[in-house]
Amino acid sequence: MNKRTVFKSWWLPVLFALPQLLLIVFFFYWPAISVFNWAFSLEPAFGGAGERLFVGFDNFREVFADGEYWRSVSLSLFFAFTATGLSMLIAFVLAICVDRQLKGSGIFRFFYIWPYAIAAPAVGLAFRFIFAPESGLIAVVNTWSPDLWNPAKFGSHAMILVIICFAWKWIGYNFIFMTAGLQSIPRSLLEASSMDGSGPVRRALDIQLPLLAPTLFFLLVLNLTESFVGPDTYGIVDLTTEGGPNKATDMMVYRIVSEAFRGLNYSGAAAQSLVLIGLIMVFTFIQFRFVERRVHYK
Amino acid sequence: MAEIGIKNVRKSYGQTQILHGVDLNFKSGEFVVILGPSGCGKSTLLRMIAGLEEISAGEISIDNKVVNDLEPRDRGCSMVFQNYALYPHMNVAANIGYALKVAGVPRAERDRRILETAKIVGLEELLNRKPAQLSGGQRQRVAMGRAIIREPKVFLFDEPLSNLDAKLRVQMRVEIRRLHKRLSATSVFVTHDQVEAMTLADKLIVMNKGHVEQVGTPLEIYHRPRTRFVGSFIGSPAMNFFETTIAPGGDRVLLDGIAQAIDPLLGSKNAGVKVAVGIRPEHCRLVPAGTVNSVPANVDFVEELGSGRIVHVEIDGLGFAVSVEEDQFFEQGAMAGLQLPAEHIHLFSQETGLRLDDAPVALRQSAPKTVAA
Repeated sequence: MNKRTVFKSWWLPVLFALPQLLLIVFFFYWPAISVFNWAFSLEPAFGGAGERLFVGFDNFREVFADGEYWRSVSLSLFFAFTATGLSMLIAFVLAICVDRQLKGSGIFRFFYIWPYAIAAPAVGLAFRFIFAPESGLIAVVNTWSPDLWNPAKFGSHAMILVIICFAWKWIGYNFIFMTAGLQSIPRSLLEASSMDGSGPVRRALDIQLPLLAPTLFFLLVLNLTESFVGPDTYGIVDLTTEGGPNKATDMMVYRIVSEAFRGLNYSGAAAQSLVLIGLIMVFTFIQFRFVERRVHYK
Repeated sequence: MAEIGIKNVRKSYGQTQILHGVDLNFKSGEFVVILGPSGCGKSTLLRMIAGLEEISAGEISIDNKVVNDLEPRDRGCSMVFQNYALYPHMNVAANIGYALKVAGVPRAERDRRILETAKIVGLEELLNRKPAQLSGGQRQRVAMGRAIIREPKVFLFDEPLSNLDAKLRVQMRVEIRRLHKRLSATSVFVTHDQVEAMTLADKLIVMNKGHVEQVGTPLEIYHRPRTRFVGSFIGSPAMNFFETTIAPGGDRVLLDGIAQAIDPLLGSKNAGVKVAVGIRPEHCRLVPAGTVNSVPANVDFVEELGSGRIVHVEIDGLGFAVSVEEDQFFEQGAMAGLQLPAEHIHLFSQETGLRLDDAPVALRQSAPKTVAA
């Protein structure tokens, strides 16, 4: 006998689902449709018919013709790969150390997790103070040699600053997953490997790294997407460099927001958003199609 | 080939002591089996030899070189783990050859030795498989191959057969013994299975609760168990015991009021001592009820083995197991007579659990108390 509870009334389930439905409609579907709408239309500069003109792919053509846009794309890619690589590498080293039960690993495990709980703008603000070339903790290096560190002047310094902020925040998150992944590797495999003659570094590379691959892949997708388009990137850039100096840290996400809400070029920003979404889809597709295949072992 | 010396080795985790001062010496090329119930510290001892556990106190030496502070890789040991510990992401060839790869052996040389080793353990057809695609016995062979390719001085086996089914276990046992003959490295094999222990060992070590109970050849241990624990642990079905006092004359003990002769030379020195009398089921004799010199026994139940049977009898509330021949039949509930041949009776002090025998007291290893004469 199939005992199923059946609710007769139709309005009760709808009522329960309503808050979530409203959230999705107002903050996802509506904006998404608006983006499409804006991307293919243009508002006359001095008003006019009171409605936007349909312009086809004009907005996209304009975006693609802009050299600054392509620079932003390559900056974003550079940032995404470097920040992801740095944060995953450091998290891996820390996780291995904690997994080896080195002295104090319990306390460090506790502390490493904290940065993820801090909002990106707060991270940006803190690092802005720490790395302020005139008065921050870093300022001492400029007494050795003037302008050894000045993110307000040199684009490369600004990029380094943004990458450090992002990596610092995401190390904690990566660390949690890696620690959990490492703990699920049977201890006897590491013991067998050390009987076979390997030292700690060799063990990490030959045994722990490949067996951690599924976890690493998951983190790779997450980190790349987040650094490429995530709100963290926007928040950090906005509070540390504001895309400067000379647009050296003008990532795609930052460019879209500033163009839309400071430059009030909704149509151009909407077109860029669509391109960005497309890029993420291609990105994720490549990762699942080609990278994931190589990380699963049986 | 290497000697192993273990001197007063102790292991403790915080306040809990696992090993209470173990002293052992293994000769070069010997096949040593450490036998004991779970939790007796046998695996811990093995892992201390391997370098996977720290040595809390004492000294372990391999080839006359103290290895306490050496990393596992510098000790020249190979180990076969209970769960095999194969690298799941490497195929059989890579698993077997991993040690050589770490050691930086050139590829051609490595491939040659992998193939050679695979032939020894019978895996040359399966070199490209991943461990997940192998059966239990095949995984076991990979683990063995991985251990022998390094040509180690010492082989360590940590209950390697306990995950196999019964038939495979017998087969692998024979292969391990054959392999040992061929490689003649010193081997230390830890197990809780007494049949494995008896069949494999040149030297058998019985451990209990972090102490070494007895060291000897399998036959010595079977015939002259040093303690009551060893007597009861070795042999299947287990040794029968009853507790009594050696009669004043020193030539007999009483079972259900009936005199059982014991070795008079031994008994006369220990008259009046409270003893546990042990006798193995295969040494008891079951005769028709009423036979002279037999103790009347009630047949409780019979276990059929095919090649013989185990008859469980009861005497005044005491249970005895007796192994009988194929042609001897006993009905459940019937009466029979039990005979205990004097030459097969083992006497253990009730107080210390130590064997009473004619060996001088000084030779009884680390006897806590002198047995009353």
